[in-house]
Amino acid sequence: MIVGERKPMGEILEMIAPHEKVLLLGCGTCVTVCLAGGEREVGILAAQLRIHAKKEGKDLQIEEHTIERQCENEWVDEIKSRVEGVDAVMSMACGVGVQLVAEMYPEKAILPALNTTFMGYPVQHGTWLENCRGCGNCVLHLSGGVCPITRCAKSLMNGPCGGSQDGKCEIDEDIECAWQVIYERLKSGGRLDWMNNYQPPRNWSTAGSGGPRKSVKIEEVVD
Amino acid sequence: MEAKDVEVTAGTRDFEPRIVAFCCNYCAYAAADLAGSMRLSYPANVKVIRLPCSGKVEITYLLKALEDGADGVMVAGCLEGDCHFMEGNYRAKRKVRHAKRLVEEIGLESERVEMFNLSSAMAGRFAEIIREMTERIRKLGPSPLRKG
Repeated sequence: MIVGERKPMGEILEMIAPHEKVLLLGCGTCVTVCLAGGEREVGILAAQLRIHAKKEGKDLQIEEHTIERQCENEWVDEIKSRVEGVDAVMSMACGVGVQLVAEMYPEKAILPALNTTFMGYPVQHGTWLENCRGCGNCVLHLSGGVCPITRCAKSLMNGPCGGSQDGKCEIDEDIECAWQVIYERLKSGGRLDWMNNYQPPRNWSTAGSGGPRKSVKIEEVVD
Repeated sequence: MEAKDVEVTAGTRDFEPRIVAFCCNYCAYAAADLAGSMRLSYPANVKVIRLPCSGKVEITYLLKALEDGADGVMVAGCLEGDCHFMEGNYRAKRKVRHAKRLVEEIGLESERVEMFNLSSAMAGRFAEIIREMTERIRKLGPSPLRKG
């Protein structure tokens, strides 16, 4: 899922300051599951903003609403009447959702309440680990299902560097060396010989440095 | 769970704190009941809301109570290790800790939010907790949200 974290309160208050009526818009998909921008987090932030406004004697109305997904037109289209009634929309979705809301309601100020951090899964309740960079050229079949692009700090493709110590990465003792994890994974599956496969220099042209990437499924395109 | 009934208009003079206490059914709520049966007196500043377990408390309950004019909010759960549902009181502890951070970042004193632990037999302790919390909030003064 896409993982996000709420922005610092100072930033949020600064964004909200010029507005008197704000729609706080949650997203029911990834950011609900990663406990950053779902209905519950909308309720918490809305209460905080109202308390702050009351305390400061400011006139601020916060409307709370959460839609299934902010990254699809159909869902965002449904909130048209709500958006019309406010000065600004503060979105608690990932950057994708914020941008779609902004694109569909260009006349409104659309404010991001979250920092979109990475794609990952929960390693325990409340803790998420980045697993995928979306590099556009998957190698998981070569590395025992552990992504060396994401989980190795240097994105090495042919084994660990000299900074791998006791199974940990030199940049942080809490971070596992991706190649140690790959080694253990291959070993447990009886595929240790895969470590001998040499990976040639990687083609990074799919990884996003050439501007925004586009995916077209021609058979699904409706003109 | 509606906290609207704590809406107040009192000023700073003769300040009587309004405190909302979210109490676990298996300990604090029973202790409050026992305190009543034992005719133990404690300040009438607290409004008790019964929860099936302190772990049921949501951060929004605490914030909503403050938003609607409470000067302080507290959660009272079982003694650590004694939760009827194994770990609800530990969850409540984490939520209260987080709620303290949330109120602090919007400029309220974190001391307005607190967690207490007691058993259902501790009626005297319940009365003492209410006295402690009432005195703490009295020292802090009325919630800045009550200005108007």
